[in-house]
Amino acid sequence: MHEKAQDLATAFLAGRIGRRELARRLAGLGLALGSAETLLNAAATRALAADFDWKKHQGTQIKVLLNKHPYADALIADLANFETLTGMEVTYDIFPEDVYFDKVTAALSSHATQYDVFMTGAYQTWQYGPAGWLVDFNEYLKDPTKTAATYNWDDILPNLRASTAWSGKPGAELGGPGAHQWAVPWGFELNNLSYNQTIFDKLKLSPPRNMEELMAVAAKITKDAGGPYGIGVRGSRSWATIHPGFLSAYSNYGQRDFTMANGRLRAAMNTPESKAFHKLWVQMIQESGPKNWATYTWYQVGTDLGAGASGMIYDADILGYFMNGGDNRERGHLAYAPFAANPAAKGPTSNVWIWSLAMSNFSRQKDAGWTFIQWASGTDHLFYGARKSDVVNPVRNSVWQDAEFKERIAKSYPGYLNQYEKTAPDAKIYFTPQPLFFNLTTEWAASLQRMVAREVSVDEGLDKLADSVNRQLHQAGIG
Amino acid sequence: MSTTVIIPTPAKAPARPLLPRLLPYLLSLPALIVCIGILVPFFTAAWYSLQRYNLAMPLNREFVWFGQYLDMLTDPDFWATVRVSAVYAASTVGLELLLGLGIALLLRERTRFNNIVSVALLLPLMTAPAIASLMWKLMTNPNFGVLSWLVALFGVHDFRWASAPSSAMFTVVLVDIWVYTPFMMVLLLAGLRSLPQQPFEAARLDGVAGHFVFFRITLPMLAPYIVTATLFRMLDSMQQFDIVYAMTQGGPGDSLMLFQVRAYLDFFQYTNVGTSAALMIVLWALTYALSNVFIKQWLKLRERTHGAA
Repeated sequence: MHEKAQDLATAFLAGRIGRRELARRLAGLGLALGSAETLLNAAATRALAADFDWKKHQGTQIKVLLNKHPYADALIADLANFETLTGMEVTYDIFPEDVYFDKVTAALSSHATQYDVFMTGAYQTWQYGPAGWLVDFNEYLKDPTKTAATYNWDDILPNLRASTAWSGKPGAELGGPGAHQWAVPWGFELNNLSYNQTIFDKLKLSPPRNMEELMAVAAKITKDAGGPYGIGVRGSRSWATIHPGFLSAYSNYGQRDFTMANGRLRAAMNTPESKAFHKLWVQMIQESGPKNWATYTWYQVGTDLGAGASGMIYDADILGYFMNGGDNRERGHLAYAPFAANPAAKGPTSNVWIWSLAMSNFSRQKDAGWTFIQWASGTDHLFYGARKSDVVNPVRNSVWQDAEFKERIAKSYPGYLNQYEKTAPDAKIYFTPQPLFFNLTTEWAASLQRMVAREVSVDEGLDKLADSVNRQLHQAGIG
Repeated sequence: MSTTVIIPTPAKAPARPLLPRLLPYLLSLPALIVCIGILVPFFTAAWYSLQRYNLAMPLNREFVWFGQYLDMLTDPDFWATVRVSAVYAASTVGLELLLGLGIALLLRERTRFNNIVSVALLLPLMTAPAIASLMWKLMTNPNFGVLSWLVALFGVHDFRWASAPSSAMFTVVLVDIWVYTPFMMVLLLAGLRSLPQQPFEAARLDGVAGHFVFFRITLPMLAPYIVTATLFRMLDSMQQFDIVYAMTQGGPGDSLMLFQVRAYLDFFQYTNVGTSAALMIVLWALTYALSNVFIKQWLKLRERTHGAA
């Protein structure tokens, strides 16, 4: 009976039989579909092993540095399959996000050999890459002896591949000529609206479609919802305040952070169009944002939505996803909508956060590390993560097309797939890559705080910001 | 007749065993190791502070001597940091001293109640400052925080606590006072309880007024303890990081951009080793100068107190 069950699992993975057929035949063997999960994973492992020498680094131990995140949880839950497939051993350290990147910076800047592979964001690679701390994956991706034919790099969404590749030249296009693939995309976040359907129904509101409607709906919620404020957005003194909803909306008006002329960067935050957008954003927070907006990180934005303290958020879609489950008070009451701030824009322009995997240049077992990365970002693990765990959003097109994944999301997360489909085509990193990303973007957030607190006017604040940014670019020899 | 002169050969001193000879060096070895452990990072930081050195731009690394220090002197952000750090240190230390002294005076008598209260008051000191900050962040949340609710009872509505530039300093000073006043209290209480009783008994027999006893006997005798406690807190406050970073990350705007917060951001987020190191060296110089002033005062006071005794 066991062999028959294995054959069925193999046939399912090869696409020869469908899910219902698999369930029917397993039932005939006296097995429930749920209990067949082990068989499927084992069959997937055998299928992977067929085309590539996964055992090449058998006996090798690698160490991975992880950020505490549902994506990391899914990876840990599936590690046994990797170890079975390769005969390698994976140990890991996991840290909360507050201290995670300090740990990465400390490990890499000290040239420690302790970690082989680590989680990173794409922006961080703009520091780590030029510093010489990262392995360029191009050489691995092009080498068939090191990368399995089934890996299918092209299946990873093209904008994400490009957004994790940079030549290191300030202002050069991401994924452009001479770009180093500093990281491999693993999971990502789009920035759209997540809203409380109960509040919207009570006030007979529809999801806003542009900035003007967003401000009106947020004001209406603040005024009439009887407690919750209208719109949750980040506001802490951090670059992370700029990158989600703010930059997505800013880019939707065709605005940029920098212009490039004669190989020199120049601040573009104080154009008349940028000032007009900043005025809208500042007004929206002053009228309908959280009272202590200036301390808001993604955590407060998300938990307020989950607790029913806000009517909607313009932030990472996966934040809205997680708030719709667990022990949150508003579990099952949340819905999702794509958002294009500019009424004249053809669609949303979501700036993306990409959780990626990168490899330390100081690792003593790079080939083994790459074996792990290609498995973790490969189709099988991402299918597992999307179907059985919370790997939303997967970076592979094939996973987004998976019926089981789509069915699960569509059933409990109304509008989630729609916001993805409408937003994905133009979702990418809209920042200009340059090595001073974190200080200049944090300074942008600090300026925004002063404007919201009415310490400076938007015009004066942005002019001062541009002057300061230009001075720092000049001092660094890139402006 | 011949005489034979025997010249005594000097007796060869017995060789001392190796261990007693090495013992003085071995005993000072831990101190030497600690000294190296402190000095190596210090001189490394000093070396980095003389370079323009951003890890993300390794090709731009250059030795600039005191260029970064000179840049700081003309940088308004640096002076804002000096001002904010000074205001923070003066406010927290001043208020904690007053409160700590007041509480210590109230708990001076050794009664069962006072002993229990003095132990209970130490609880905030046992809380990690970052955790205390998170607690206060919740308590000062304008939507559901208990402190926001309390001030609203007194007619102060919509108070923004740490999220408004005008009240951010007040809020973090409040958290610092909550955490560290017990430290002042416990040092001063120990001092008060160790003071000789004769002057107080004599004053009582003579019917001296309470305020006279406090200003002319208690305070002068307690002065070395006050200076010691103030020195510790002043150094700590000048180097404050955790409370401010956990509550506001130095914001809103640059309103709480203390030395340590700026240096931390410079290194860990901006990978700017050179400016971070220069800031830390300036902070070291300031705290070193302050320590010297305090220690000289402390020595003078101790001499006077011992002389008086």
